[in-house]
Amino acid sequence: MAAAPKNHDNLPGGILGKAIIWVDDRFPLLENWKAHLSEYYAPKNFNFWYYFGSLAMLVLVLQIVTGIFLTMNYKPDAALAFASVEYIMRDVPWGWLIRYMHSTGASMFFVVVYLHMFRGLMYGSYRKPRELIWIFGCLIYLTLMAEAFFGYLLPWGQMSYWGAQVIINLFATVPFIGEDLAVWIRGDYNVGDATLNRFFAFHVIALPLVLLGLVAAHILALHEVGSNNPDGVEIKKNKDPKTGTPLDGIPFHPYYTVKDIVGVVVFLMIFTVIVFFMPEMGGYFLEYNNFIPADPLKTPEHIAPVWYFTPFYAMLRAVPSMFGSQFPGVAVMGAATLILFALPWLDRGKVKSIRYRGPVYKAWLWAFVVSFLILGYLGVVPTTVWGQLPKGLPLLGGMDTATLVARLLTIVYFLFFLLMPWYTKNDKELPEPERVTS
Amino acid sequence: MKKNFFAHLIGAALLALPLVGAAAGGAGIKLDSAPVNLKDKASLQRGAKTFVNYCLNCHQASMMRYSRLTDLELTEQQIKDNLMFATDKIGDTMTTSLSSKDAKAWFGGVPPDLSVIARSRGADWLYTFLRSYYRDDKSPTGWNNRAFPAVGMPHVLHELQGAQAWQQVGEKKGHGGAMEPVMKLVLTQPGAMKPVEYDQFVGDLVNYLVFMGEPAAAKRTQLGVLVLFFLTLMLVVAMLLKKEYWKDVK
Repeated sequence: MAAAPKNHDNLPGGILGKAIIWVDDRFPLLENWKAHLSEYYAPKNFNFWYYFGSLAMLVLVLQIVTGIFLTMNYKPDAALAFASVEYIMRDVPWGWLIRYMHSTGASMFFVVVYLHMFRGLMYGSYRKPRELIWIFGCLIYLTLMAEAFFGYLLPWGQMSYWGAQVIINLFATVPFIGEDLAVWIRGDYNVGDATLNRFFAFHVIALPLVLLGLVAAHILALHEVGSNNPDGVEIKKNKDPKTGTPLDGIPFHPYYTVKDIVGVVVFLMIFTVIVFFMPEMGGYFLEYNNFIPADPLKTPEHIAPVWYFTPFYAMLRAVPSMFGSQFPGVAVMGAATLILFALPWLDRGKVKSIRYRGPVYKAWLWAFVVSFLILGYLGVVPTTVWGQLPKGLPLLGGMDTATLVARLLTIVYFLFFLLMPWYTKNDKELPEPERVTS
Repeated sequence: MKKNFFAHLIGAALLALPLVGAAAGGAGIKLDSAPVNLKDKASLQRGAKTFVNYCLNCHQASMMRYSRLTDLELTEQQIKDNLMFATDKIGDTMTTSLSSKDAKAWFGGVPPDLSVIARSRGADWLYTFLRSYYRDDKSPTGWNNRAFPAVGMPHVLHELQGAQAWQQVGEKKGHGGAMEPVMKLVLTQPGAMKPVEYDQFVGDLVNYLVFMGEPAAAKRTQLGVLVLFFLTLMLVVAMLLKKEYWKDVK
């Protein structure tokens, strides 16, 4: 098939220009460069919250690159794993830096992704026509949780071991097939060498491939419909009649590439402070108990998952067991992540952005965020942290206060979604402007 | 938007910060603060000597190489002459000749590997633990510990510290007005060291254990300052670049 000759004006001269032309004659180089960078028009009013998408990409790359180097010295073997991590920390040149970058990167990935998701909530970035971007995003979030879970077993410390034990036992609560399912996941009757080997395989190749594919889909879908912005106004509605480009849009490159570099440097400064001065982050990024080698015979007093899972863990503990089964808690925890997918169809507001939403939506959003944060806190502490309710109280007497609070907040979390069709429809919204503001 | 940037940034950083501090292990007693100073090479050298003399007979540090003690400004010859008793190869790790079978028979369990003990227990816990042994006739070893009740390890350092007792030293008003005894560790039989000397001795040892838990720590913080300095310069360049490009955005 003979393609139409491509326009190669405005290219640099010399060998570089020639090389670009040579490639472009054989590969859609300039076409993609234009579609995704130099002629991808992004709204000019991105604010602070719009840094986290590019930062998530940065952390993804960091995790892949540091992960490759860790793999060169890590031993996925129950007898060798713990010592091989210490070998990396002590004897591999710069091994400690690579390892801390990877462990810090894991937590920072979730920090960045949570802020990125919150941005989507605030500005209605999941609304039509961006439903599919949101769905790909939710899939990325789920994959990331699985990736983090598999990776956390690899250092083979006490928390790795017992954390994995607890999570896999969740699957054992599934009615009828649960026990078999748990054995199938572990590859053994206990978490052991077989489990470590398969988790390694999932962590270093299977899930990273899925993640990369989903991230590509997320960005392709975004570039198909265009970015939302803090005003929630569609910039494609107002185009320059001469050029046909959005009046409120600016080319992603160079404007947002140079702007994102600023975000990247600030992020790296925070990242540096953690990696070099507080890599354990007070026991949250690297748990103290994980410096004790895994011991199948010794259950730690207090098993807490890593901080990014704790809101869901708190929900799990909050739900009472029914008919002697923990499954209801597991189902609630699963539903809490899956309900995110329905968001685009639950929201009936006329405007997208929090700037023009009514007071009821704003109140619900804040209640949701506060619930999530407090649940996250309750997930790291024992349920006895706030003592018990007075014995004399009807129905609730003697119950752990924290459990009651976790139950109420779990309900708030779900009501934010389940009542959304009503409270967004009847809210007193402000009119959306025609054009973006600053 | 520009003005709010740093306010938002601080907000984001706070979101990233954990809400509470969690300490590992221990029976919930108040911990004394350990005098950890990784720059004090003399203290670390004294701690290393104590470690190989008193701890390494039963415990091992199987992830720590003798050669790494050169980080404490010791030469390989000095390490060989003064600190290596179990091996003659400087690249060997600090293992022990106590077999796990003997250990189980004598102490009821294998003494834990101490390579990263400071990272799992924390320096303050170790410092408190090693100073909280007291006489207890009910225990098989004759010793018990305030920080680690029913500990399997006897008080190895008792010749230095002497013997303490867990004794009532007075009374105070408790909840509801009833008098409660005030209990304290009291030195009943002095050891070779004065209490202040013993605290220093244990302090040096704990300092060493912290070093051994992460030998790269000193280099890490040193390098961190340089990296931050570089990133600060880069931030200025990045901000100027952004400003230059964004001049024409209205």
